[in-house]
Amino acid sequence: MVDNTSRTFVEARNLGKQVTTREGVLTLLEKINFSAAAGTSVAILGASGSGKTTLLGLLAGLDVPTHGEVILDGRCLNDYDEDGRAQIRAEQVGFVFQNFQLLFGLTALENVMLPLELAQAPHPRKTAEQLLDRVGLGERLHHYPNQLSGGEQQRCAIARAFSIQPRCLFADEPTGNLDSETGKRIIELLFELNSEQGTTLIMATHDNNLSQICNRRLQLDAGRLVGNDD
Amino acid sequence: MSWRMLWRDWRGGELTILAVGLIIAVTSITAVGFFTDRIERGLKQQSAELIGADLVITSSRQDVSDYIEEAREQNFEVATTTQFRSVVVFEEQLQLAEVKAVTEGYPLRGVLRISNTAFGPDTAITDIPAAGDVWVEARLLQMLGLAVGDAIRLGSSSFNIRKILRYEPDRAGDMFSVAPRVLMNRADLDATGLISAGALVSYRVLIAGPRDRINSYRDAIDDRLKQGEQILTFEDGRPELNTALERAQQFLGLAALISVLLAGVAVASVAYRFTSRHLDTGAMLRCLGASQRTIIQLFTLEMLWLSLLASSVGCLLGFVTQFGITELLDQLVLAHLPPPSFKSLLLGYATGIVMLIGFAIPPLLSLRRVPPLRVLRKDVAITPVSGWFVYGAVIVCMFLLLYWQIGNLGLVSTVLAGILVTLLILALAAYLLIAALNRLRAQVGVAWRFGLANISRRPASSVIQIVAFGVGIMVMLLLSTVRSDLLDDWQQSLPDNSPNHFVINVQSDQVAGITEYFDARGVSNTRLYPMVRARLVEINGQPVRASDYESERAKHMVTREFNLSWAEDMQIDNKLVAGSWWSSQDFGTPLLSLEARLAKTLGLQMSDVLGFDVNGTVIEFTISSLRKVDWDTFNINFFTVVPPGVLEDKPANWVTSVYLDAEQRQQLGQLVRKFPNITLIDVDTIMKRVRTIMDRVTLAVEFIFLFTILAGLAVLYAAIQANQDQRRFENAVLRTLGAKKTTLLLGLFAEFTTLGALSGLLAGLSATTLAWVLAETIFKFDYAFDISVALTGIVSGILIVVVAGMLGTRSVLTHPPIQSLREGAA
Repeated sequence: MVDNTSRTFVEARNLGKQVTTREGVLTLLEKINFSAAAGTSVAILGASGSGKTTLLGLLAGLDVPTHGEVILDGRCLNDYDEDGRAQIRAEQVGFVFQNFQLLFGLTALENVMLPLELAQAPHPRKTAEQLLDRVGLGERLHHYPNQLSGGEQQRCAIARAFSIQPRCLFADEPTGNLDSETGKRIIELLFELNSEQGTTLIMATHDNNLSQICNRRLQLDAGRLVGNDD
Repeated sequence: MSWRMLWRDWRGGELTILAVGLIIAVTSITAVGFFTDRIERGLKQQSAELIGADLVITSSRQDVSDYIEEAREQNFEVATTTQFRSVVVFEEQLQLAEVKAVTEGYPLRGVLRISNTAFGPDTAITDIPAAGDVWVEARLLQMLGLAVGDAIRLGSSSFNIRKILRYEPDRAGDMFSVAPRVLMNRADLDATGLISAGALVSYRVLIAGPRDRINSYRDAIDDRLKQGEQILTFEDGRPELNTALERAQQFLGLAALISVLLAGVAVASVAYRFTSRHLDTGAMLRCLGASQRTIIQLFTLEMLWLSLLASSVGCLLGFVTQFGITELLDQLVLAHLPPPSFKSLLLGYATGIVMLIGFAIPPLLSLRRVPPLRVLRKDVAITPVSGWFVYGAVIVCMFLLLYWQIGNLGLVSTVLAGILVTLLILALAAYLLIAALNRLRAQVGVAWRFGLANISRRPASSVIQIVAFGVGIMVMLLLSTVRSDLLDDWQQSLPDNSPNHFVINVQSDQVAGITEYFDARGVSNTRLYPMVRARLVEINGQPVRASDYESERAKHMVTREFNLSWAEDMQIDNKLVAGSWWSSQDFGTPLLSLEARLAKTLGLQMSDVLGFDVNGTVIEFTISSLRKVDWDTFNINFFTVVPPGVLEDKPANWVTSVYLDAEQRQQLGQLVRKFPNITLIDVDTIMKRVRTIMDRVTLAVEFIFLFTILAGLAVLYAAIQANQDQRRFENAVLRTLGAKKTTLLLGLFAEFTTLGALSGLLAGLSATTLAWVLAETIFKFDYAFDISVALTGIVSGILIVVVAGMLGTRSVLTHPPIQSLREGAA
């Protein structure tokens, strides 16, 4: 296990997000402040529509906040344009989604190679093969996503997320589309790899049991942070 | 409610491509419709003007005074024309011209228009050129560097160019004239010495009068017409113009229909997407108590309104576009076209409706089958509309449109089958190309792999796009590059010293002088061939009638005049296919060596006896051999050759073909001055003229095929639209994984470059294959494969598809990734 828990890796400062609709301005997130130390795991809890995914998106630089700022590995994301943020993600960030979000035109191997190639990592094919083998898909390298079961697709997505050895992994309801038994095995795998690579894990979930595995829990309600067990 | 639905869906942007598809189809059909309708009405309205009279008797007899006197006795207006080709001489320059000598009163219907300068204002005139004057077409002035007032020589006489002839009613369009016109007074003709016995001259008697009397006069003289004489009336118009119109209608109509078919593919793909996106609406309406019928009525009406609106726009654009075609084909068929009529609007709206029924409605029918349960469960299966029904509807609609355009059931079936087979072959080839390319994925970088994956993962859509563009580019390649390649290759396939000049209308007493002339200038072995004009009147003792033959070629061949030639030896480029060539013992015996293809057309065999009317006497010839003739060589050849000693006492005309270099060509003026009655035909000039006309026709056809490219673009956009949600989602995932904008752009570039390259490659290969087939079967020479055709295809394919594709997908790049990820995969 790598020890890199000595400093803050992700920090939200007074973070807010509003969107303008025909009916007026809608506040999705308001005054979110928290930080996560490198190598720790944080669960963001909340009901549907509480703003979990929006917060995850802002933390990962997939969207820009209306107020406040996100500091990722000491860099304020507001200072970067979309391509700059993409570069940071390519080098340091992994993602696991509820819907797996694999690209259907690419094989399992090609899906896992994708972030490695984007980050211009050496030997992408070999690394991807090893990772797929590690998550139990060594025999399914050339299968397309629609030829894999839900659990296998999520394993593939996890292999893809860990392929670049990210400093931080964002997971959005990673077991939301799986039955409980498969979900359990996926979580075991996720935390196993997380622990092996010393990754900072930020996971959005509405599952209290799952949140208990994490080091910390944040509770969101209607876009506000209502609980922080820091 | 259907109007409201239309307005809502239109604002959502879903129906734009469907409307564009319909507009392209209707525009191309109506543009052709408006244009051909104008020619058709022009031919009808100007039918009397087009023959310059109410009735015309054409004859090859010099003396037609019997008809003239009879018509005058009946108080008809009468005029005559004498037409032939001859050489105009100005200083040392020669130019072949179409000479027309006319009598007072010409033309009896319509008017001549003349001007003082080439492009100055023209005025109508009821006179004809005064004795000693000629009126000439402006291009003769350009060709010889002449001006009004200059003197030219025709035969033995000299004439002053007095006016520029701008319009003569009975000449029709440029397509039918090889050389510029010289109009002269009939009174000057004899002095020129150009009309000798056996010369190729067309005599016409023009008659005008009250139409009922003209009709009874026609009936009265119909039976008295001599062999080779023909009557044209205002009712018949000009048969060759009608044929040209029919061909234009069929060819341009077919070109427009290819665009219709491709636009139909775009319409169908939008209709499929529209259907899948409206399944929930359908289910909700069912839930609220709407019957299956109500749902179908609603959606069909929505489509019908859209089709009517799109057809109106298409008709308007077609109306504007036909001016473009008219401009390109200006004066090629008719000198004046009537303004467009609104008859073609009907065709436009019908096309819109037929396309709707054939391409858009069948997919929509599955909305009828949406179970109301879908409002609760999205995964409820829907029985799709039978494929047989969908494809059947397309074929039936194409058949209807083709039949409307071509109007010949047999031809329509052949053309439709041809189109379907071609599309299937192209689709199979495209599929194989995609499969082959997919293997390259492991060897390329991330962006290219993603681009290639996008093509291979949606093979049906990719095949359709490749074929749609492939067809458009193939047609363009065939019309431009391959056409000129074929012509160049054919010209190059001729030996270097192939004859480039014909000398005709040579009299028997001039043969020695002409041979001497050429010998003295280093043109060796000039051989002149005699020909005696004759008509085929009997076959094996039975009179010959055109009505006995079915094929147009046979009808034409039996009624035309034959040129009987005599020779001791067979031409070296001829090949005997039956019988044997005569020996000296056969000289004086009426034997006949016939060209094999003509024998086949007329159903003639060895030993058949053919009776030819030669100058009033019928001579019977027995077929003793059949020959294969290579007509491409520009050597003098004849359909009918007889042994020496049979026709020598008949009035003969002599003819030869020679190869002249630039210097020898310069000296031709001396030849014409020495033998003023002969006619020189410069092959190069004629070829240039043919090329100019072909270029204009091609440009117009290309103009129509532009719609095919537009329809290909509609197919591409329909496919892009169908996959837009998926593309957004995938780009969002790539963004999330750290892809920069340039990587995403490169991925799209790779996809469209590959699509364009495959379309272009397919187009290049098909165009080259077609050219090869044309060269082998029709032009009969070895086609030199030209790699630049495929390269041009690939480059144009890439350019068009990349530009259009990148423009069509630009919104994908600007869509926020977080939003796409929330929406999930489409």
